[in-house]
Amino acid sequence: MAITYTSGEQVEVYRFSIPATILIPLTAVFLQAWLPLRFPFFTIFDLPLLVTIGFATARRSPLAGLLTGGLIGILQDALTHHPIGLYGISKTVVGFGASSLGIKLDVEHAGARFLLTIVFYAVHEVVYFMISRGLVGLRMAWTWPHELLSGVANAMLGVLVFMLLDRVKQRT
Amino acid sequence: MDVLGRYRNLIVLVGVLFAQVLGLAVQVKRTTDSEPTRLIRVWAVDVVTPLEKVLHWVQTSTGNVWHSYFYLRGVRAENRNLKQQIERMSLEQVRMSQDADQARRLQALLAFKEQFISRTMAAQVIGSSGSELSRAVYIDKGESDGIKPDMAVITADGIVGKVLRVYRSTSQVLLIDDQTSGVGAILDKTRLQGILRGTPAGEVVLEKVMSDEAVPPGELVLTSGGDGIFPKGLLVGRVTKVASGSELFLNIRVRPAADLGKLEEVLVVTKIDERQAQPEQTGAARAVDILAERLPTVPSKPENAAKADTPGAVAPGTVAPKGTGSDAKPKTVSPDASSGSGASAARKTASSPSSSSGAASGNSYGTSVGTPSGNAATATETSATKVSPKPVKAKAATTTTIAPEPQPAAEDSPH
Repeated sequence: MAITYTSGEQVEVYRFSIPATILIPLTAVFLQAWLPLRFPFFTIFDLPLLVTIGFATARRSPLAGLLTGGLIGILQDALTHHPIGLYGISKTVVGFGASSLGIKLDVEHAGARFLLTIVFYAVHEVVYFMISRGLVGLRMAWTWPHELLSGVANAMLGVLVFMLLDRVKQRT
Repeated sequence: MDVLGRYRNLIVLVGVLFAQVLGLAVQVKRTTDSEPTRLIRVWAVDVVTPLEKVLHWVQTSTGNVWHSYFYLRGVRAENRNLKQQIERMSLEQVRMSQDADQARRLQALLAFKEQFISRTMAAQVIGSSGSELSRAVYIDKGESDGIKPDMAVITADGIVGKVLRVYRSTSQVLLIDDQTSGVGAILDKTRLQGILRGTPAGEVVLEKVMSDEAVPPGELVLTSGGDGIFPKGLLVGRVTKVASGSELFLNIRVRPAADLGKLEEVLVVTKIDERQAQPEQTGAARAVDILAERLPTVPSKPENAAKADTPGAVAPGTVAPKGTGSDAKPKTVSPDASSGSGASAARKTASSPSSSSGAASGNSYGTSVGTPSGNAATATETSATKVSPKPVKAKAATTTTIAPEPQPAAEDSPH
């Protein structure tokens, strides 16, 4: 199995250049807003989430992970008509969790990334659901088939996104 | 200090989450009028939408070139079909315009106020919110184009939503299938009113319709005008499923007429007029107007000639006898007629309630008014000539036959 426990010394830590750090999340948010107009089914994907997970697992820094996730989430929130913070909080939690897990586990393989994405997609959806209902009072519908399908779809896309991120990440 | 260092990440996490929760609470508490997150939204929109505009322009330009110059397969057949469609619709339009005229007359009787879409602005849909739970799109028109919040957004097929937030050159449109939207709607045949809302799953339902009413699937849903955003009578969609809901209300699912998933171009209703219905002039009356405009102007006669006390002379305000001088033209123009079209003078000679429809054969201006057959007009003309051996008397005689003011046909209708 690809997921293996590694010590802190064995784990490789990567970084991203400043242009990549800025442009990749922006591109993800842009595509997330633009592609559903041409391909309505694309709304089941969450590209900013995949980028958040990808950045967090590569950097393996919880602080960087939660801040990156929070900023990406807030940017995503700003394009919706809901209060800002729903995606922000969810992605903050995911960024922190993914980077914390990245320290413990080796997530360089496709299988590990697939499972990791499914898990954090579920975490993201649960947090979003709870905040939306509990804090904002939105009517939310939780449908298991839809969530499972979305999780698998995002995990498959996530593997591809992580491969693209591998090309731009730099070893520290 | 060691503890702080050891739990630094956790402390930062809690701090960031707390700040965001606090921000959420503030936003939920406040209304949208005093939006504290306006700046963040403006930044985000300014970052994302320019690229969307560029891509949209590239896409439409490429598509236009392809479809206009290269991919012309089936254009002839489509053209033929469209021509046939125009013919069918022209016939239908004639029938419907008659119905509309009748409706306007009845509305005028009731002093009925209607809402009219008097101005719209076409806009391109350039982006979406990118979330399943926020069904909103962005259009390429904003504050600089005169867009304001709460303006209705429609397509030729049906309503789309309303403008929610306005930025400098873009606007956010909340679609009718969003769960936070609400549209006053009315069922076309049963005339039951309800509130149209979106569901979290993206469906559209009509709420607050009592369950003791029968609503057949397939019935059209129109806007009721009760929300103050959409004018009354716009097509919303069609009822697809009716089930008994909770609390004595029906659960009516509606399929929107506009394809909300594939929006490309929309119309923003920038101005709605509310005015009392005015019965339009019938086609025959307008024909008289047109004819009057086409006729050559009457050369002004010398005063001596006008004052001449001859049998053939016609006083001001009278109509000329048929066949005298230039056929079917008034010899002189009455004070009223001179200020408007000649047809108004013609209408003034009409005293019959059916005068407005009586000029169907109005090819001789100033004579063919009064009855559907136009005979009464000839009688009026004749009486004018008979009664007026002298110009002054003729004027007086004619004045008695003139209605005081041109009245709308509806007011002449029998109650």
